[in-house]
Amino acid sequence: MPSFSHFFSTLMETKGVFLEAMLLTLELTVVSILLGIVIGLIFALLKISNIKVLELISDIYVYLVRGTPLIVQIFILYFGISGIFLLPDFWAASLALAFHNGAYISEILRGAIQSVDKGQFEAGRSLGMTKALTLRRIILPQAFRRALPPLGNQFIISLKDSSLAAFISMNELFNVATTLGSNNFDEMTYLLIVAVYYLLLVALMTFVVNRTELKLAISDR
Amino acid sequence: METKEMIKINQLNKSFGDLHVLKNIDMTVYESDVVCLIGSSGSGKSTLLRCLNFLERKDNGQIIIEGKEVNPRTDDLNKIREKVGMVFQNFNLFPHKTVLENIIEAPIRVKGVEKEQAIMKAKQLLSKVGLEDKSDVYPSKLSGGQKQRVAIARALAMEPDIMLFDEPTSALDPELVGEVLTTMKALAEEGMTMVVVTHEMGFAKEVADWIVYMHDGKIIERGTPEQFFNNPKEERTREFLNATMLK
Ligand SMILES: Nc1ncnc2c1ncn2[C@@H]1O[C@H](COP(=O)(O)OP(=O)(O)OP(=O)(O)O)[C@@H](O)[C@H]1O
Ligand SMILES: [Mg+2]
Repeated sequence: MPSFSHFFSTLMETKGVFLEAMLLTLELTVVSILLGIVIGLIFALLKISNIKVLELISDIYVYLVRGTPLIVQIFILYFGISGIFLLPDFWAASLALAFHNGAYISEILRGAIQSVDKGQFEAGRSLGMTKALTLRRIILPQAFRRALPPLGNQFIISLKDSSLAAFISMNELFNVATTLGSNNFDEMTYLLIVAVYYLLLVALMTFVVNRTELKLAISDR
Repeated sequence: METKEMIKINQLNKSFGDLHVLKNIDMTVYESDVVCLIGSSGSGKSTLLRCLNFLERKDNGQIIIEGKEVNPRTDDLNKIREKVGMVFQNFNLFPHKTVLENIIEAPIRVKGVEKEQAIMKAKQLLSKVGLEDKSDVYPSKLSGGQKQRVAIARALAMEPDIMLFDEPTSALDPELVGEVLTTMKALAEEGMTMVVVTHEMGFAKEVADWIVYMHDGKIIERGTPEQFFNNPKEERTREFLNATMLK
């Protein structure tokens, strides 16, 4: 184990590199979460569409994502997509992570949508609102509220999962830590440092999620 | 002058799987009539009501709303639902919206009413149901009776020609039933066409123009409250009334 003073001085010396890496990690995470929400919402809606083919498509997607390791998905998308479309590395990584997140988010959203009382849907319909309008204005806002705690959890997982982008040479936190660690023959110090950055980011994310929850809770029953 | 037929049902049938819930129902509701649907649990009252605004699909038979037969496959049901308001046993207010937002949502989004105008109308309706001071409150802060009055105001905001009520007071504490019934009575006096599923025999006696008694998916008897309560023709009805009145 490194001494505390060594750990601390290294932490201070490398703060520039790590802050830059942290920014990239944050970007990867935010993009993969936002895209993941869009993908997740689409597949959640397919799943509840009552149309067999669409339900099946959604099931297959979730099964594929849950049934294979994330690193395999990243490699397949990275080599697959980049091979065809010449995608910048950042977008290959983001898409892979989003594709992965989307499956978990779709399950969370589906559960939340189905947990909204059926009477809410009927109330909307009985007022002459279309299915789509009822979904958008009545069901989804309530579902998102309920989904927020598990979504927050999923966001934290995505943040940590973004470290796998190191394997397709993104200079995010984990990559920087291992590179610096092996260059300086001092892996442990850099791993501890990167752990601190992840903990900071998770604390930040938890704070934002909790704040949002609190804000939305004001009107809750 | 001929009275307008607001709802006409011919030989309506509805099953859930093997369960035949509505059996050859015939019924006509004229303009400004208040029809109270009564009957024991499971007799099909809710299902009949829900068929009238197409929350439930009939299997066969005719449903004619304001003179026009509705074909659920080809007609725009949303347009018809605008004309047929519904009040539910469990209120079904939108919990994430304030009282005012609950009321103006559909007029704005469905009918395209200007926001200021929708708010003005909503405030009028709120004062009509005695809740003018609650417009910015969320439903969770209301009593059951207040919730149901908001639900009534919300349905009225679409300016329906017909109002359906499915046991509007059954989920309420006894001391809150009166305020909702009073609101409904006022609505009836204004000439609203109403179909009300209820167990409130006092209300039925006082406000209804017609009582329809259902049992096991069939309409067994119908008549004015006078005939129905004092002089029921059918043995079944007498049994039901005896059992209900004893409670
Ligand atoms: N969606 C459904 N699927 C299957 N069966 C149903 C459904 N809705 C109602 N039923 C059945 O149809 C029958 C009639 O139900 P309905 O709700 O119309 O009765 P009701 O007269 O309103 O009774 P209550 O006084 O208890 O409200 C019941 O046996 C009920 O279990
Ligand atoms: Mg019922």
